[in-house]
Parts: sequence; C-alpha cells; structure tokens
Amino acid sequence: MTEPENPSRRMFITTAGAAAAGMVLTACGPKRLYEVPPERLKTSIAAMERRYKEQFGKDITVSEQGPLPGVHFAYALDISRCIGCRRCVYRCVDENNQSRHPQIHWIRVFSMEKEKGIDFTHADPYYNPPEVPEEGHFYVPVSCQQCENPPCTKVCPTGATWAEKDGIVVIDYNWCIGCRYCMAACPYGARHFNWRTPTIPENEINTHTHYLGNRPRPKGAVEKCTFCIQRTREGRYPVCVEVCPVGARKFGNILDPNSEIRYIIEHKRVLVLKEELNTVPRFFYFYAT
Amino acid sequence: MRNGLLLLLLSGVILPAADGPKTPPAPAGPERIEVPPPPFSDGIFPCTNCHAGMPVDRTRRELTAMHTDIVLKHDETHRWCLDCHDPTNRDFLHLASGERVPFDESYRLCGQCHSEKYRDWRAGVHGRRTGNWNGDKGYLLCAHCHNPHQPRFKALAPKPAPQPPTRSMP
Amino acid sequence: MQPENAVNSIRLFSGFARGSLKLILRGNRMYWTWLAFLGALIVSGVLAYSRQVQIGLGLTAMRDQVSWGFYIGNFTFLVGVAAAAVVLVVPAYVYDWKPIREIVIYGELLAISAITMCLLFVVVDIGRPDRFWHLIPPFGFLNFPSSILAWDVLVLNLYFILNLSVATHILYRAFHGKPYIKNLVVPLVLLSIPMAIGIHTVTAFLYNGLAARPYWNSSILAPQFLASAFCSGPAILLIVLQVLRRFTRFEIRDAAIWKIAELMAYAMFLNLFLHGAEAFKEFYSNTQNLLFTRYWYFGVGTHHTLVPYAWSAVALNLLAFGLFISPAARRNFWTLNIGCLATYAGVYIEKGMGLIIPGLTPDTLGEIYEYYPTVTELRVAAGIFAVGFLLFTLMLKVAVPISLGEFLDKKEATARALEVDFSCPV
Repeated sequence: MTEPENPSRRMFITTAGAAAAGMVLTACGPKRLYEVPPERLKTSIAAMERRYKEQFGKDITVSEQGPLPGVHFAYALDISRCIGCRRCVYRCVDENNQSRHPQIHWIRVFSMEKEKGIDFTHADPYYNPPEVPEEGHFYVPVSCQQCENPPCTKVCPTGATWAEKDGIVVIDYNWCIGCRYCMAACPYGARHFNWRTPTIPENEINTHTHYLGNRPRPKGAVEKCTFCIQRTREGRYPVCVEVCPVGARKFGNILDPNSEIRYIIEHKRVLVLKEELNTVPRFFYFYAT
Repeated sequence: MRNGLLLLLLSGVILPAADGPKTPPAPAGPERIEVPPPPFSDGIFPCTNCHAGMPVDRTRRELTAMHTDIVLKHDETHRWCLDCHDPTNRDFLHLASGERVPFDESYRLCGQCHSEKYRDWRAGVHGRRTGNWNGDKGYLLCAHCHNPHQPRFKALAPKPAPQPPTRSMP
Repeated sequence: MQPENAVNSIRLFSGFARGSLKLILRGNRMYWTWLAFLGALIVSGVLAYSRQVQIGLGLTAMRDQVSWGFYIGNFTFLVGVAAAAVVLVVPAYVYDWKPIREIVIYGELLAISAITMCLLFVVVDIGRPDRFWHLIPPFGFLNFPSSILAWDVLVLNLYFILNLSVATHILYRAFHGKPYIKNLVVPLVLLSIPMAIGIHTVTAFLYNGLAARPYWNSSILAPQFLASAFCSGPAILLIVLQVLRRFTRFEIRDAAIWKIAELMAYAMFLNLFLHGAEAFKEFYSNTQNLLFTRYWYFGVGTHHTLVPYAWSAVALNLLAFGLFISPAARRNFWTLNIGCLATYAGVYIEKGMGLIIPGLTPDTLGEIYEYYPTVTELRVAAGIFAVGFLLFTLMLKVAVPISLGEFLDKKEATARALEVDFSCPV
C-alpha cells in the first residue's frame, strides 16, 4: 500500500501549474486594448498593418497616438446655420472607411419642422428635396455625443468600449463580441453594427488610420463616430467641421479657455439632446444668431 | 426744463453703464487678421486701372455702362455702390466714418453692420473652420463665402438620403 | 482517493452510462417519430445558423434601428421558464407540501433544458460567436459589476450548475438505491429559490436599466417578469407530467397538478394586473413615451404588424386566467390543458415579441422600422427549441425509470429489498 501523498504539496503543484498556465495564456493570447502595455500594443498594431496589407493590398498605417494631455474634446453645432446638405455625412464616410454595402453612416441628419421644434418623433432623416433648406424646416445632424457619463460603456459585458482621457468614447473592434447591448443603451442611435462584412471600394480607402478609430472594421462588431481620432489627436479638425459649407460645425478643447467651444458656451445659448437622461454629452447644439 | 432734459440725457448714458457690459468684449488679438487674397474676378483689380481718370458721379442710379452683371441685393432699398466703395479711390472701401479700408480688411466694413458676426468671426466661431484646433486658425474673408453684392447663400442640392433599413440587405 | 475507489466509481458510472444509453435507444414509434422530428429541426437550424455565421447577422431582420429581436425575445422567455422551477420548490419545501415533492426534480430538469436553450440563443445572437471566450476571465474580461449582462452570465451559469448538480446527484444516488444526502440537497434546493428569482430579476434589469428605452425603463419590469415566468414555466411542466402519467408508470397525484394550476392562476393575475398598471400609466400620462405602447396595441400610422399579436396575447392570458381561477375548470383536464397552452402561448407572445420589439420601435430618434423575424431566424430558433426539447426528453427517459425504481445498477437491482424509499428525492 502506497503512502498517501502529501496533500499540501499536491495542492501547491496544481495551483502553481494553473497560475503558470493562466499567465502564459493571458500573456500570449489577445487582450482587450484598454489594458495592453505599450510594447504589446506596438506588436498588435504591426500585426494589424500586415493583415490590412494582405486584405486590401494597400499600405494602411495604423496610428497609436494616445490622448494629448490637458485636452477634453467638445463639439458644437449651429442649428441656425445647418441647411441639411449632408456633405458632412459623406465626407465622414470617406474619411472613416465606413462600409458602402451595407451602408453605414455615422452622421444622421434630421429634418424638423420649425413649428414643432426639436422633436424626434416628428423628424425625418430621409428627406430628399431638390434643394435645401426647405421652407419651414430646420436640420439637426446627430452622431455620437461622446458623453461624459456614457450609458454605452457601462453596459458592455466584455469592456470593449470605454471613454478615453480626452473624452472620446472608443471601441476595440477586435474585442467586441457583437452583443449589441451598447446599441440598446445609446439614447442617440449613434452606434452602428456591421451586419455583414463591410465593403469599401479599393480606391476610396483612407490609409491614414487610428487603431481605435477609422481602421477597417470586421463583420460583427459595433462602430461609431470617434471625433476623427486619427486627425484630432494630431491637432487637426474632424472632416465634418472642415467640409461644412455654411460653417455650422465647431470643435475644440473644452479645457482651453480660449477655444471656440468655450466662446460658444459662454456667449451663445447651448443645449444638449435628451438632457434629462444625464448622459452629459460633449456635443452641444446652439443658435449663433 | 432744460435741466430735466439734461437729466434725461444723462440717465440715458449712466443707467445702461450701471448695468454693466451687456455685450461680450471682442476677443483679444491683433486688429489685422491674415487672410488669403480677396476673391476678385479676373482682371477686375486694381480698379484704378479704369477709375483713375474717371470723373466721380455720386448720383444714386442703376449702372448701365459697366458692372451690369452685378445685381445688388444687399439692403438695396437704402444703399448703393458708393456706400461701401470709396468714391475717390476705387481700390479701397470705406467705413461710415469715411476711413478707407483695403479690400483685404473688408471684414471691418462688414463688421460695422454685422457686428455680432464680426465678433464671432474673430473668435473663430462664425464661418468655416480650417487649420488646427490647437494651433494657428485659418481665417477667410467674409467675401470668400458671401458674395458682398448678393450675400444670401443659394440653396444647395442635398446629398442622397440614407438608405432606409430593409429586411433584405443589399 | 484510493485506486480501488477510483476504479469502482468508473465502473459504476459506466454502468450508468451504458444503462442510460439503452434506455434512450428503446422506445415506441411515437418516441422515435418525436426524436426524428426534433432531429430534423436541429439539422435545419444548424444549416441556417452556419449560413448566418458565414454571411453575418444581416440574414436576420434586425437592423441598427431594431438591434435586438427574435433571438433575444426567446432568450428572455426561456429565462422565465427556467425560473419557474421554483414555483414547485416553494410549496414542496417551504410549506412542506408532500404531493409536490415528487415532481420538483422534473422542474429542475426543465430548468436545465431551458437554460441550455437560453445560452444557445445568446450564442446565435452575438455578432462574433468565435469571441465568446472574451467574457470568461482570466482569458477574457467580464465587466462585472458594471454590466448587467455580466451579472446575467454569472447567475445563469450558477443556476444551471446548481440545478444540474442537484438533479444529477439525486438521480445518480437513486440509481444506486441510495437516498440523496439531505444536508447537501436541501440547502441547495432552498438556495434555488432566491436564485430563480435572481436570474429573472437580473434579466429584467438588463432592460430596466436602459434610460434610452422608456418602454423598458420602468420599475414594474422586474415584478412583471417574475409574474409571467411563474405562469409560463409550470404550464409546460403540467403538460409533460400528464404525458408521463399516460405513457409510463409514473404517478402523480391530481392534487399536485391542481395545486400548481392554482398557483399559476395567481401568478397570471399578478401578470395581468401589472400590465394593466403599465397601460394606465402610459395612457393617462399621455407623454411621447405612450408611442411604444401604442405601437404594440394599436399600431402607429401605417405600421400595424404587431397589433394582432398584442391582442392575441391579451385574449390568451385572460382565457388562461379564467380557466385556472375556477376550481371546476382546473379539475377538468380538457380545460386545464387548454389553459396551459393558452398561458404558454400568451406569455410567449407578450414576453418574446411584446417586450423586445415595442421597446425598440420607434427607435431613439423616432424612426419606425417594423421588425418581424426572417426565415433564417425562425429556423435557427426552431432548431434551438428542438435541442431543448430533445435534451428534456432524453433526460426524462432516464430520470423517470430511476425515480420509479425501474432503472438501478446491477448490484442494487438484485439486492432490492424495498426498504429504501426514494419517492422522489426532492
């Protein structure tokens, strides 16, 4: 009859083995980008760039630019000026590599009646008159409000979406499992799902991308406006701001007292959508006149 | 009665001042703002090429000999060409005070009537924004977007509406 | 563990496994037709799902405007069915009502099948099933306690393990002619009461916590879920028990069946009352949030797809309530079974379609996209239901003989001296 094994020694070996296996697996395997150390991030991004080269046959650069210190982005949209021409919508589609078939638009412009005011129940995003603006109507474009108290980030079961230090709410497209809980939670309809494999015409791909922004996305993941993170973290404006022909869109650093955003908040009458939901959006609407 | 009138006048001056400034101060910055060159039509500038030797006719009228392509729709019931263009030197515009301003400072002229927009424009809030949000801002002249003779924007054809969701996908 | 014990356990288990296999493979024509039918549905479901994985969720009718649909509706309904096992546990253990003790185990087997179906519905609904492991620490990350979905993952799996452990323990012990270990089973069974309430409350909170969806963001949701769960689960069980009584030597007292029906009546009353309270608040306050309820019951503009379903659910629920509240109707097996089917159908419609779709229609920006499932969704859902029914059937095929003492391991079978009373363990 054999001697009974020393239980404490056996326990030690099994737990040590399990811990080691766990460490190896978590160290080598994929991780959500939120907590990846910088070195790991660099190698992940290099791998992404290689995959994109294979997939699209183009040299797509993926930036890993982090948030700039002392910056919290905010946006302001002048609804006394917007004429509903939708140039922002399509410029955004080009810049941010959105799928053409099935069609994804990060910006949705709503035509509203002046008599009813800002009332989404009676708004129409499918207006298509020969010319805009139409008589008796005004226009309200809606995209991600980059809330400070985002309802979408708190419901994600895998932590695939979070708010960065500069206020941009981002998504890790490789970590998202596509459960769409965030889409149910967003009060602004700002999040969009890749119901099929996204398609981008080869000659229209924007090769200057950011790993949390406009890099080509996979099927089955959620995406949304990122304030053109690939541009704004390099000091440039989002493309919607630059293309608007009537100058209705403004953008800046709300922490900078000299920014356009602070001027607007202090001198114009700003409002936010669905304020009672306490999402604290960083996207303001105002009337300049 | 004269004292009463004086008191009334003074109250008109003092009381508003006692309320404190109602309008926001214009943002600090150099008086002159760098802008791209004014959007002249080809060959039209310098105006003195033609106007140097011409006699000045300040009679308000409809032009028939030249500049007939310009249809004024900018407070045309009260103003005409020479209310903005300097009569004695057509290479300049003039303010209400008579002070001459060059075309690349035309914002000062527009700002006389449209002062709120002028203040907003200086802050970077009125008009299309280009440049860097954290660096040099690119300014444009009023005239770069607004035709000074017909400033109201023409209606645009909107880009296509989004596709409504359907049960069958493309 | 000593080597001999290990070998013995393996021998015993393989005896159990072989015996179970024999039981499963032995049946009359009706049994095999039933299995063939389920098998066909499963194959159809698997084919439809593989196409969905290949092409994407675009094969469903879900779009950005209505981003959850048939799959999640079924998931919600089935969580309720799983929670219903507790309806049997409470009178059996808390009130020590013996006639029900015999059948609690069947409630647990139903719960196991229902949770399996729930998990399958979640898997087919997510856009990247290959990334399911992202939910499991330490390989992945579970956003607990912030995300209610993370809570749901935990409590559903715990409830599943709880029911599986208790049921297998009891049945396996009975297989060996031994009584179950009271000190192990009774606390676990009692624990299953708050757990059952827990799983359905957490599932209700999934919807309840979303301020973006006013139709769901109402405190009444959790109690209403529980009320509708407690009628729907037992409805299936009552039918199954009568089937067992007819085709096997299984005995269940009429009193037990009538008692369950009576409890269902009270649950249905609560369900109807809570719906009525919700309707009052919406119609009387008459805010823009009324639009969701209005879409469900009356349609909005030209959009009327769900209206017939809404009123069918109301009619079925009222019918069920009327039948179950009357003792005479309860005792008549025709009306009893009609009542069960009416309850099941009524709650299925009201919780499956009547919860998810009106909650998302109109969407947050006022747009109405009328959702109803595509053929792919129906095939996949039918396949998953078939998996659940198959699992339940096979488990019953083994469990019933065990509880009747017909399926015992060789040693015990020969040593049967009748003194062991395992009238159902639980």
